[in-house]
Amino acid sequence: MNFSEVFKLSSLLCKFSPDGKYLASCVQYRLVVRDVNTLQILQLYTCLDQIQHIEWSADSLFILCAMYKRGLVQVWSLEQPEWHCKIDEGSAGLVASCWSPDGRHILNTTEFHLRITVWSLCTKSVSYIKYPKACLQGITFTRDGRYMALAERRDCKDYVSIFVCSDWQLLRHFDTDTQDLTGIEWAPNGCVLAVWDSCLEYKILLYSLDGRLLSAYSAYEWSLGIKSVAWSPSSQFLAVGSYDGKVRILNHVTWKMITEFGHPATINNPKIVVYKEAEKSPQLGLGCLSFPPPGAGAGPLPSSESKYEIASVPVSLQTLKPVTDRANPKIGIGMLAFSPDSYFLATRNDNIPNAVWVWDIQKLRLFAVLEQLSPVRTFQWDPQQPRLAICTGGSRLYLWSPAGCMSVQVPGEGDFAVLSLCWHLSGDSMALLSKDHVCLCFLETEASVSTACRQLGGHT
Amino acid sequence: MGDWMTVTDRGLSSESKTISQYTSEIKMSPSSLYSQQVLCSSIPLSKNVHSFFSAFCTEDNIEQSISYLDQELTTFGFPSLYEESKGKETKRELNIVAVLNCMNELLVLQRKNLLAQENVETQNLKLGSDMDHLQSCYSKLKEQLETSRREMIGLQERDRQLQCKNRNLHQLLKNEKDEVQKLQNIIASRATQYNHDMKRKEREYNKLKERLHQLVMNKKDKKIAMDILNYVGRADGKRGSWRTGKTEARNEDEMYKILLNDYEYRQKQILMENAELKKVLQQMKKEMISLLSPQKKKPRERVDDSTGTVISDVEEDAGELSRESMWDLSCETVREQLTNSIRKQWRILKSHVEKLDNQVSKVHLEGFNDEDVISRQDHEQETEKLELEIQQCKEMIKTQQQLLQQQLATACDDDTTSLLRDCYLLEEKERLKEEWSLFKEQKKNFERERRSFTEAAIRLGLERKAFEEERASWLKQQFLNMTTFDHQNSENVKLFSAFSGSSDRDNLTVHSRQLQKKPHNVSNGSPVCMSKLTKSLPASPSTSDFCQTRSCVSEHSSINVLNMTPEEIKPNQVGGECTNQKWSVASRPGSQEGCYSGCSLTYTNSHVEKDDLP
Repeated sequence: MNFSEVFKLSSLLCKFSPDGKYLASCVQYRLVVRDVNTLQILQLYTCLDQIQHIEWSADSLFILCAMYKRGLVQVWSLEQPEWHCKIDEGSAGLVASCWSPDGRHILNTTEFHLRITVWSLCTKSVSYIKYPKACLQGITFTRDGRYMALAERRDCKDYVSIFVCSDWQLLRHFDTDTQDLTGIEWAPNGCVLAVWDSCLEYKILLYSLDGRLLSAYSAYEWSLGIKSVAWSPSSQFLAVGSYDGKVRILNHVTWKMITEFGHPATINNPKIVVYKEAEKSPQLGLGCLSFPPPGAGAGPLPSSESKYEIASVPVSLQTLKPVTDRANPKIGIGMLAFSPDSYFLATRNDNIPNAVWVWDIQKLRLFAVLEQLSPVRTFQWDPQQPRLAICTGGSRLYLWSPAGCMSVQVPGEGDFAVLSLCWHLSGDSMALLSKDHVCLCFLETEASVSTACRQLGGHT
Repeated sequence: MGDWMTVTDRGLSSESKTISQYTSEIKMSPSSLYSQQVLCSSIPLSKNVHSFFSAFCTEDNIEQSISYLDQELTTFGFPSLYEESKGKETKRELNIVAVLNCMNELLVLQRKNLLAQENVETQNLKLGSDMDHLQSCYSKLKEQLETSRREMIGLQERDRQLQCKNRNLHQLLKNEKDEVQKLQNIIASRATQYNHDMKRKEREYNKLKERLHQLVMNKKDKKIAMDILNYVGRADGKRGSWRTGKTEARNEDEMYKILLNDYEYRQKQILMENAELKKVLQQMKKEMISLLSPQKKKPRERVDDSTGTVISDVEEDAGELSRESMWDLSCETVREQLTNSIRKQWRILKSHVEKLDNQVSKVHLEGFNDEDVISRQDHEQETEKLELEIQQCKEMIKTQQQLLQQQLATACDDDTTSLLRDCYLLEEKERLKEEWSLFKEQKKNFERERRSFTEAAIRLGLERKAFEEERASWLKQQFLNMTTFDHQNSENVKLFSAFSGSSDRDNLTVHSRQLQKKPHNVSNGSPVCMSKLTKSLPASPSTSDFCQTRSCVSEHSSINVLNMTPEEIKPNQVGGECTNQKWSVASRPGSQEGCYSGCSLTYTNSHVEKDDLP
């Protein structure tokens, strides 16, 4: 595993282009585009203010930089550096901006969700969509980029509008049986739309592309409901994580629950491998002192080493006592992600923040648990193979694959606190983001990595 | 005692009635008292008693006392003490006989009473002890009762407490349920309240939004604009199309196309899955049929007809199905048949497997006793043998190793060992020389002895000769003497001498005759042996051949046997045995048969070996 030198970065804005050739990163008001292989700066654009959001167009030709404070969006072309485009939302303000899948339209959401403005880069036309709903995930595009589903709110009722992206024509408009719709998400095959209610009620609805209600599912009443939702890449499963600390898997034929995965704090099953990150300071390794390793609460020391140990069952994981009298309590399944081959599901229970649970979807059972020394911030699957990258805000990167587990210290002077990460399309490299820096991490080829993993698995 | 005393006080003056009362009282009184009284009667215990006795009969009142006693006795049914009076005036005489009789009877009565008393006493004792026992039992049981009662009370108390607790818990549960209900109601009401509020607020918010929208959007905000260098082409290279009804329809079409595609894809997948499953089912069915039918046919023909019919059914089904090429049919027609037949066969299989299981368990149970033990013994023997062999082999290896090492050692350092060996040789030579000389001396001695022996023999021969001559001369003399005395006698003697002289020769002829008979005997014996062989090995041409060869062999010499033994017989073994046998035949004709049978045995062995080969 190799690491590049670190580059400056602000507000964690760093993205690979969809074609995997370029890496865009922001430093204050500047946008830097580099070649992924050479890391040479290809273009440098200067925006009018500090950039708050960037997004590549689907064809990797344009980059959108949003400056919400000023209500401005600037678009840059990679092919024509002198080309420029500036969209000013004026006094209406701006809270969100995104590309349409064709890469020629920009959707801007104004403040107070008054409307969504669709700006075209091809024609002078501007379209407005009224009554968008102010919610977490109100816009979703199908994978093929044909359709857009939009959550709307009119007269205290939730609606979903489905637009054809090619000409922004309204295809379907229907009301949903929700109290307070929070999110919508297309299935990867683009034929089913999952719609879920706010956390006050456990309710998930499934609509066909033509607006028919396929099914509605509710696991329980009276208690906080859905926290996270994820489709499997095969569109076969819908994983629903909820505040009761369980993940429920729905199937795509009957839309009934197949199984539910609980996340208990103690693991008794001896079949499950529990990887426990253990810290070892180097002097401890050199000397023969046998005092116990520093507690998990002490936090990672810069000079210490860490490695995974296979804990013997029963294992009790560190739990967090949630504060119940505050909004958004830290309980329930907050993060869910299917591996690209749909064989594994990684989850995080927010009141066991140090642990990542990996579930075997083929056998519908728990496969492995990774307990880190500090709370897990993000995890992301390798787009090419079942390999999970985890970061905890420390200076280490953690990788899990079915063969084993490893932790890697990010080199460089000082502490490179990995706050976020994103994989390159090929799965050969990833960008590690800290507060002010970005660093690229190059992984070995698949074979060597797998052998290394095996060796590591054997050692631990 | 007191009683007694009072009675006695009265007794003297009282009438017979009271006395009788008293006696009856005495009879009814407890035995102890009675005995006391008896004792009292024999032993003077107290003054009072004495006085009583002295008071009863004195010199003065003999008459009275006699009459009293008479009265008493008559009341008890004894004959009167007086003689029967003839007249009233005459004084009644005391009948001594009657008195004595009465006394005797009284004594007998007394003894009886004593016996009865004893019995009663023992009974009383028994009863007393019984009573004691019962009393103790009673007290124990009472205690038990008490304790159990206490226990019961305790349990009742606990039960009561538990019930109380239960009631409390029920109450609590009810309260909790109520609470839950209340809370749910509250939540529901809050929810409605919240929703209501939310709606109200949202309406306000919407109003505000509308207002804002009007304000912001209708002001013709100059700022809202896109500043673009030049418009870029569409990603697909086409130009944007106008929105018309046509496009709408086209969009709809496309949407439905997508949906249709999805459904078709899914249907295909499901079909494929179905086909796979059907294939598996069919295969399973076929395998079941092939597995079950031949097995069933044999053992179950007699057992149960029902399964047989089922099987035939099944087979028919199978035939039908295969004819129909069922896969192309839609499920509904085939499904039922398939599932039914599979079910049937599954049932059969299940029962069959269960049966087999039972059998296996039975066999296992039975077989465990005899076979297993034997095999274990065999096993142990075998292992012992093998261990022994291993031991031997190890020893052999060890000795070999030692030898090898010695050889190696001798080979590796030649100069020293050659010297050593040389000196050894010298020593040995000397020893040998000594031995040699010793041997030579011994030889000389032997030689000397031999010579002396030969000399002695010669001398003996000479002496014998002299003796013979002497004898001859003596015989001649005797003969001459005899002829002189009796002619007849001399003839007899001659005969005798002739007879005695030929006896040796005669013996020899007998021997020779026997020897001449021997080969004949052998030839006679062989058919017997052959029959034996044929009997032991029936219906095998090779054996009969062999037997013939054997018979030939028996007539020929032993060398011939060696030549004519079949190739498959190990020549060494059989040849050796045959020669042995021949020799034994020569020496002991009687053991011939046994030898042949032994030979046949070896032959059968070899024959068996031959049989095994192909």
